[in-house]
Amino acid sequence: MVTQQQIYDVLATVMDPEIPTLSVVDLGMITDVQMSDDGVIVRLLPTFVACPATSYIRANITDALTKFGFANSKVEMETELSWSSDRVTPQGRERLEAFGLGAPVQIDGVLNLDVIERVACTHCGSKNTDMRSMFGSTLCRSIHYCLDCKQGFERFKPL
Amino acid sequence: MADDELIIGHRNSEWTGLGPILEEDIAFSSIAQDQIGHALANYALLNEHFGEPTPDIIAFSRNEKEFRSSQFVELPIGDYAFSLMRHFLFDHAESLRYSLLTESSFAPLSSLAKKIKGELKYHVLHADMWVQKLGKGTEESHARMQLALNETFPYALGMFEPPNFDRELEGQNIFIGETALQTRWLEVITPILEHANLQLPSLPIKERMYGGRQGYHTEYLQPLIDEMTEVYRLDPAATW
Repeated sequence: MVTQQQIYDVLATVMDPEIPTLSVVDLGMITDVQMSDDGVIVRLLPTFVACPATSYIRANITDALTKFGFANSKVEMETELSWSSDRVTPQGRERLEAFGLGAPVQIDGVLNLDVIERVACTHCGSKNTDMRSMFGSTLCRSIHYCLDCKQGFERFKPL
Repeated sequence: MADDELIIGHRNSEWTGLGPILEEDIAFSSIAQDQIGHALANYALLNEHFGEPTPDIIAFSRNEKEFRSSQFVELPIGDYAFSLMRHFLFDHAESLRYSLLTESSFAPLSSLAKKIKGELKYHVLHADMWVQKLGKGTEESHARMQLALNETFPYALGMFEPPNFDRELEGQNIFIGETALQTRWLEVITPILEHANLQLPSLPIKERMYGGRQGYHTEYLQPLIDEMTEVYRLDPAATW
């Protein structure tokens, strides 16, 4: 008997192509896993609408499930829910920091300049930082500068 | 909506590699990426729910007469003040449009609107920041922004040209209608512009640049379409 946990264990090996230490589970992209006699159905919630990684992630999930012996698996796109950075798990936040990206603060549905700018330096931890651009090297990153250690860094955007 | 996003996304992408500073180059490229992604999501709705062809076919195999985009979005990028002002006027309209669409009775569109709304927040904050900085900057930056506003404004009003089915959309609670959207848009942009010492031009109604929603375009759209579809036309059946 296949358990949901086994499927989640496989999904935890499917990484974001742009942040390879972060899995689709860490990102809060999985909204449901269902098992039936016909196979496994995973529901995937895309992050940014224009994220070019979504189609890769979808294919990578199918590949991973096939590799671990779950044939006939299907990935359905979740269209009714909206992804928010609040869905990133505590482990995901730790992994973002370890990768060198500032983690998004909790927004609880309110996205304003304060939450977009407020981030601690990923190098020295100082909160004395300045946002340099709300658009970074990928759609999900913004560019910041630490006024204490004088280093630039990126952060995963709150959304 | 999708045509507006595709065409302005294409125009904004023309700043890639040419932005006045690196951060702005990246910003315009990211905004363009969002806009083309939003166009794709809307074309996908047409494909899934209304039997239209796949997004690539809708986007790349029509001529200018078939595009329903406003003339505003097809104008060349001009100088940075022009593109920035267009970004400000366009993204405030987009942001309000999607906020209103979160209440749409057409569920697939209201779900999409909820997703896109947050992303547009970044566009609007970016635009507001530069309108403030340059509107209140030097004499030259102020003059350029005012000139850009004077040039773009009649075209920006073209975004609110009601389509033939405007009343029908309103009647079925799908969308509140273009006139109501324009009123809200003016309420939002006016204080921001005033705060930046910029003056909205007062216009006689006939100077609104309507026509785009009916397929009437300026001389700039067809060359843009030719460039955008150049690779597609080499082999429309190619897979990527």
